[in-house]
Amino acid sequence: MSFILDYYNYWVVVFLMMTGFYIVISANNLVKKIAGLNIFQTSVFMLYISMGKVTGGTAPIVVEGVELYSNPLPHVLILTAIVVGVATTSVGLALIIRIKRAYGTVEENEFKNSDDAI
Amino acid sequence: MAVLIDLVLLSMLALTALRIIFLKDLFAVVMLFGIYSFLSALIFINLDAVDVAFTEAAVGAGISTVLMLSTLALTGRKEKESKHSSILPFLVVTVTGAALIYGTIDMPPFGDANNPIHQHVAPRYIEQSPVEVGLPNMVTSVLASYRGFDTLGETVVVFAAMIGVLTLLSVRRKEDDEAPDSGLKSHRVLHVVAKIIIPFVILFALYVQFHGDYGPGGGFQAGVIAAAAIILYALVFGLPMALRVISPKFLQILAPLGVLLYASVGIYSMFMGGNFLDYNKLAHDPVHGQHYGIIIIELGVGITVFAVMLSIFYAFASQAERRNVS
Repeated sequence: MSFILDYYNYWVVVFLMMTGFYIVISANNLVKKIAGLNIFQTSVFMLYISMGKVTGGTAPIVVEGVELYSNPLPHVLILTAIVVGVATTSVGLALIIRIKRAYGTVEENEFKNSDDAI
Repeated sequence: MAVLIDLVLLSMLALTALRIIFLKDLFAVVMLFGIYSFLSALIFINLDAVDVAFTEAAVGAGISTVLMLSTLALTGRKEKESKHSSILPFLVVTVTGAALIYGTIDMPPFGDANNPIHQHVAPRYIEQSPVEVGLPNMVTSVLASYRGFDTLGETVVVFAAMIGVLTLLSVRRKEDDEAPDSGLKSHRVLHVVAKIIIPFVILFALYVQFHGDYGPGGGFQAGVIAAAAIILYALVFGLPMALRVISPKFLQILAPLGVLLYASVGIYSMFMGGNFLDYNKLAHDPVHGQHYGIIIIELGVGITVFAVMLSIFYAFASQAERRNVS
């Protein structure tokens, strides 16, 4: 049981990462691909935060009488990554809107010229 | 108990992700993605990452859902059937996943205080930051002071993303202002409730901004929450009204202003004889200097994030509205 508890978080991270990966390579619609990329990204966030957790620790804000804190460094990295992530996602979505306008579709198999396929 | 919550929430997260694969209705995909973000935020709280949970709840469930929905308004909500077989992707994913699972066996066990990640800089941050920087929230200390240079880079990336979006999608021009009013005109209840809520959301954003040194929060979260307040206003009262309240031109001044405010603190500390972003030199007492530096750069981050999130929303929403009019 403790073996499962020791690694459960990491296994779920791998599962989510592969789910996101599968959506990115198999989805036909570009918006769905972006959703898949976001799932992939969140799984990386989950990996970092899981690694920063200390059993019995508390959130890294100083409180009197508490000795054990979780690691603040992954929190910092992921906090900024989330905001940067939504900013880059929006660039991706903006590109999709332009693709829709230029080609009339956002479905991968509907681009008329195979050279246009992305 | 915390372990049990962790197990249940992670399993729910995995199920949500699995469901997204099979859905062809993209509107449902976006809604599920909002649920997914909220679940992640809950997991982050359970794993002691309160600041991260805060950001994920505001960004993932708020801003990115709205942006994806406005994209769907332009591209259609149904995914068409693919003619490709899904066996090859499934095979690739299974093999990669199996290799990664095999790799996790070498990871140090979850939650052990002796893991390598807790041995290098982390003890210094945990033990020294309340003394050196003088703030109870270690995440803010590390974000704004120890890794201030890094955060400056992140702020610049967010700013660059705004330039990218505005290059691709232009915000509506003046002559389009004659377009019919949008928003939810007939929903009186929403109007009344939104009018009551919005001032408190903005007040809360200010609290998060300036209380981030002592509790969870900071410039990134505050900027997103403040932008969400204006987005709510735009959704309920219509985009033209929101454009009149805060014009895109004003936002295009605010966004670089925040970055410049941040960078100028660095330049100023160089003039005072320190390194770039060395807050110790900002006042006679190093700890006071740290306080001044962190408050100003968090303000810079807050202003930039607010302006960027809102102008990205304006760009997307005005595309969707233009289509509705034509």
